[in-house]
Amino acid sequence: MKILVPVKRVPDPTQKTKIKDGQIDLTGASWIVNTFDEYAVETALRLLENGADGTRQGGEIVIVSIGPDDAAKEIRTCLAMGADRAIHVVANDAEIDSLAVVKVLQKIIEAEKPDLVLMGKQAVDGDANQVGQMLAGKLNWPQATFAATIELAADKKSLVVGREVDGGVEYKKVPVPAVVTVDLRIVGPKSVQNGVTPASHSYSGEGARLPSLKGIMAAKKKPLAQTKLADYGVEPAPAIKELSVALPPPRAAGQIVPDVPTLVKKLAEEAKAL
Amino acid sequence: MGNVLAFCEFTGSTLRSSALANLAFARTAAQAHGGEVIVLLVGEGAQAASADAAKYAPKVIVVEDGALAHYLAETYAPIVARLAKENDATVVTATATAVGKDLIPRVAALLDAGQASDIARLESKDTFVRPILAGNAYSTVKVTTPIIAVTVRQSEFEPAAETGSTGTVTTAPAGTIDALGASFERLDAQKSDRPDLSDAKVVVSGGRGMKSGENFKVLEELADLLGAAMGASRAATDAGMVPADWQVGQTGKIVAPNLYFAVAISGAIQHLAGMKGSKTIVAINKNKDEPIFQVADYGLVMEWEKAVPELISEIKKLKASR
Repeated sequence: MKILVPVKRVPDPTQKTKIKDGQIDLTGASWIVNTFDEYAVETALRLLENGADGTRQGGEIVIVSIGPDDAAKEIRTCLAMGADRAIHVVANDAEIDSLAVVKVLQKIIEAEKPDLVLMGKQAVDGDANQVGQMLAGKLNWPQATFAATIELAADKKSLVVGREVDGGVEYKKVPVPAVVTVDLRIVGPKSVQNGVTPASHSYSGEGARLPSLKGIMAAKKKPLAQTKLADYGVEPAPAIKELSVALPPPRAAGQIVPDVPTLVKKLAEEAKAL
Repeated sequence: MGNVLAFCEFTGSTLRSSALANLAFARTAAQAHGGEVIVLLVGEGAQAASADAAKYAPKVIVVEDGALAHYLAETYAPIVARLAKENDATVVTATATAVGKDLIPRVAALLDAGQASDIARLESKDTFVRPILAGNAYSTVKVTTPIIAVTVRQSEFEPAAETGSTGTVTTAPAGTIDALGASFERLDAQKSDRPDLSDAKVVVSGGRGMKSGENFKVLEELADLLGAAMGASRAATDAGMVPADWQVGQTGKIVAPNLYFAVAISGAIQHLAGMKGSKTIVAINKNKDEPIFQVADYGLVMEWEKAVPELISEIKKLKASR
């Protein structure tokens, strides 16, 4: 099974948001692999490996990232986790929007012919939550968004995806090739069942695996192809232009109440909320 | 000049209350585009909800077919895209619910439309304000494609009121329905008589400080007293205390009820992003330095073990006195 994982590098979300001249000030920012995309890499590994003994039974994981030169660092992180090779489409963040990303990915997918495209449900900087669905639409492939669980059929020709929707968990079956976007809980101890890892096996800890020293060394030798937007016939002319960014207005200061009866009185009479 | 095609979800014979935010946006967008609001109802039972929808817009289009019984992006998106073109829509919109977020980008791709997701405000016909970075900043974006796709953040829009007149209802054929091999298997519904978290007027949420799922019972008692939905912080859902779909936050549900109780929740940015649009926020926490108190309208520095039972009895007294 060949899995393509598009990843985006984003500013570390734990940093304080700074605005300068109506734009996000990223001077000196540190960068990470978008958390949801990192989970997609983890999911791809869990789909291909035997989690109990760490062996892989064939298959290939290809990372694709569209971003500036120094995004190579985040791409190497994915390779160090265990992905096999990567394609780095070098572009400035200002040149690309969801539609441009989708057009590039479409071309790459037509050439690479993966069985599955796995990616995060959204990037934690733009929070747009579009690319997976748009890509599936353009490819005319089935989609399963917001995956909390994935169960791979024995013949590897279909997946049953547990999706967190309003009011419960929906189970949707999709044949491959398909686009699957992952949500937080995909990295739960038993969220991914591939029929190879014993069902009794629990992945330990939370989140994606950290690259091992061996993985980091191996990643340096893994193929990382550099391409550019023009190679895919995509013009750097985004359909969506960010005009300005501002901090949200602060909430008016609240009050500390001394006891429960005061709270209830104020909720009833002042806030008229009860 | 262009119309606004508003995809609306329904339950039984009425629109979901989340759809009213979409309609509120659709009206301002229709004004800016010099067109009218067209409500689109797709799925089994759509006809039954059309009378309710007609109270909110001059035109309602119904697409009903047995093969559309369960929502699937694969079957719904081509219908929405086709009707957008047939009805000269320059804006296609839905509320950013689980369905809206899954569907609209796929529709956008079929229409070559740029999309503004989860918008908080319309600035002009093609310019929108939307939260980014987990709500830590607001971005103003201009969409330059001929058709614009939008999802609407429910908590940022006052629900649309009825227009006072009745719109026309027409039906449209579903056309060829091809699920591309995808199928709905089952829904493990959260069994509850409480309102849906996204639609509730009051939400009672608990956090890590509740320590166990068993301890949430007292919060559920408070919720039932107020007709509230239950919520939780990510710390509580990740610890398995309560179901994952109770999670309020950037990565869970975004809510904006009239009244929000945050009990034993510290107030991580992740959580605040999901609830700071609430009208009145009450924080109950034993530690006065927790960040939740910075967004709370009313803070009570007290252990939940003592505060919540007392709150229940005080609210019962208040109700009895009315």
